[in-house]
Amino acid sequence: MNSFHPARRDFLQLLGGTAGAAWLTANWPALVSAAEHAHQATKSDHPVLEVFTADQAREVEALASCIIPSDAAAGAREAGVVYFIDRALKTFFSDTLPIYQKGLEAAQKTTAELFPGVPRFSAATDEQKLKIFTHLAEESERENSGPRRLAPGTSEDFFQTLRVHTIFGFLVDPEGGGNRDFVGWKAIGRDPSHSFSPPFGFYDKDYPGWQPVSGETEKK
Amino acid sequence: MSRPMVTYKPSDEVDFVIVGSGAAGGVLAKELSTNGFRVVVLEQGEYFREKDFTHDETKVFVQSQLTNKISTHPITFRKTPEETARKQQAVLYGSCVGGSSVHFTANFWRFHEIDFKEHSKTGDIPGANFADWPISYADLEPYYTKVEWEIGVSGLASSSPFDPPRSKPYPMPPLPVKGNGVIFERACRKLGYHAYPAPMAILSQPRAGRAACMNCGFCLGFGCEVGAKSTSLSSVIPMAERTGRCEIRPNCYVSRIETDKSGRVTGAVYFDAHRNTYLQKAKAVILSANGAETPRLLLLSASNQFPAGLANSSGYVGKNLMPNSSALAYGIFDEQLNDYKGPAVSRIMHDFYELDPKLGLYGGGGLDARFDFTPVSFALNGLPPGTPKWGAGFKQALAHNFTRTFQIFCHGTSLPVESNSFSLDPDVKDAYGLPALRMTFRDHPNDLKMMEWMQARALEILDAAGAKTRWGPPVQEQQFAVHLLGTCRMGTDPKTSVINADHRTHDVKNLFLCDGSSLVTSGRGQPTMTIQALAYRAADRITALAKRGEISA
Repeated sequence: MNSFHPARRDFLQLLGGTAGAAWLTANWPALVSAAEHAHQATKSDHPVLEVFTADQAREVEALASCIIPSDAAAGAREAGVVYFIDRALKTFFSDTLPIYQKGLEAAQKTTAELFPGVPRFSAATDEQKLKIFTHLAEESERENSGPRRLAPGTSEDFFQTLRVHTIFGFLVDPEGGGNRDFVGWKAIGRDPSHSFSPPFGFYDKDYPGWQPVSGETEKK
Repeated sequence: MSRPMVTYKPSDEVDFVIVGSGAAGGVLAKELSTNGFRVVVLEQGEYFREKDFTHDETKVFVQSQLTNKISTHPITFRKTPEETARKQQAVLYGSCVGGSSVHFTANFWRFHEIDFKEHSKTGDIPGANFADWPISYADLEPYYTKVEWEIGVSGLASSSPFDPPRSKPYPMPPLPVKGNGVIFERACRKLGYHAYPAPMAILSQPRAGRAACMNCGFCLGFGCEVGAKSTSLSSVIPMAERTGRCEIRPNCYVSRIETDKSGRVTGAVYFDAHRNTYLQKAKAVILSANGAETPRLLLLSASNQFPAGLANSSGYVGKNLMPNSSALAYGIFDEQLNDYKGPAVSRIMHDFYELDPKLGLYGGGGLDARFDFTPVSFALNGLPPGTPKWGAGFKQALAHNFTRTFQIFCHGTSLPVESNSFSLDPDVKDAYGLPALRMTFRDHPNDLKMMEWMQARALEILDAAGAKTRWGPPVQEQQFAVHLLGTCRMGTDPKTSVINADHRTHDVKNLFLCDGSSLVTSGRGQPTMTIQALAYRAADRITALAKRGEISA
């Protein structure tokens, strides 16, 4: 089995053509190591939850899917956002774990208030979820627009925290443990390749080359 | 392979200990070791190699892999000296071998002639502590050229009618143009402005054993995994190590510069990775710790002999902070630019470098067309006001705009204001028990007005370019700095400056400072090129002094 991340492999092939064999040889072991690390981080078919219970994970996934829904293109669910968040809460976002604990309780409470009989957020219909999530988002907006406004980046607000973490989990380079199979990048039109050659897009493809403004190259 | 080629004991009295391995420290290390001196570079951060660099935003932005960590090195901020500062990430700088040059965007403008003598031309400005440099652009020109050829800068000489004189062309052609560059250039032309290929410290061709840029698009904030970005790490530090006389010593947090009874420095006291304390002895000390940490270290080194801080008889250590002013304008276009590919910037313009005095504004600026977002940062900060923050509308906006957006970044002057400063926080301590860095800053009113003017021009350019949607976030007072300039300024008068034109402190003969703190004015942004040119020049001056026996005597 080839353990190379496809984009890394393309990158190595391109590098061989442009930078020369000497550089490639000198750096090959390091790149293989990096590629293997990336592979391990992104290709686990059976990710394990370390922080969330299965019930909590189901709720977090349902909530994250309101932020980036699945449609013709992949959303938070397909990108494995909940697994990214789980790993983040174990490591670099661990200080936000209490926000999730309180936030999940609040989501449950709002669900029960708005739709008595619906046992949990994830069990609501799509229409109900939209109403519940709108309520949570508006509440967050109110709390963050008044005199109590929390400092940027230090939000203790569940909606804001979940939004930032969902965006990370959807769009981070897969080496960061989200954006499974690059589905997030593909959804926003980003080519997952590791390196590129010009032309890059519509506007530079017929660029004739830089020319001075006629008659105005003298020092002003 | 990662082991230094030479090691010294702390008790070995080396010729120079350099604090900081960034843009200036790296150059000084290379030059002084090449000139035959024994050098130890003490670097606060880790020694990463290309293989350690990643595009993972959680490592780089959340865990601060390459930059200062406020968990162990807290920073406080206040707007005026009357306020009590509160904890805030007010400063970002590189904390690894190579310093901020590792994660920077790599815009590499030279300062212009006016930047060195603007006070003489303009006169005093109310509220500003404005001065001329003791050196001119002509003094620095050979060193700018040396930076371009030795560090590796891509560009096209004489492509801007506003460029200062130069003695040599760039060593490499410009990097490929991007969609934003093409659009910006056409719109500028329509309005009578002069956009031109951006000089960038990124290799457009393989050079000196380093690979050319692969256009991965992860420049700002990230280390370059192929060494194409011309950082101190990829360029001068390997040269310094190859001399066999320079040791780069990472994970060393310098807490104090030691002095003897005669008032001369004897070395640098530092914590190693295990928090053991050592004194690295040296005949002379050079601080290149950046414009925040160099003054902080001088203030931390206060003693009975130097009660206001080392080399601070002027009281100017830490004063006159200039972070450069800035403003942004965004545009969305019909077709896909895909500006996430390639280095952030490919075209700039300097038509506003010296503004018409009739405008009533001091200084000036430069504009660049750029896209410096990652996918994550774009989703957090790149969408127009009013865009849904979640749901189908949010996702659609991301899918449409990510490939069709670019920014015009307006970079400009910061006027020196004496109360804008770095100092020691009287209450907050870092993880080592040392007083935390405190930033006091409020923009000079001129700088805010100038940025509003500049942003209006940027929006006009986007209109001329046919942007479908364009907007500019309101210009606000700054509370965050990455350009750390002017805080130990150079000058001839020991009463109003900290170092002389040789970068030697006025007060201590064998103590030198060279980094962003040395600058007298802020230029129009993009200071790294000038910091490195100063470092090459400083190395020549210091070498001459040492060879004449004027340092250790």
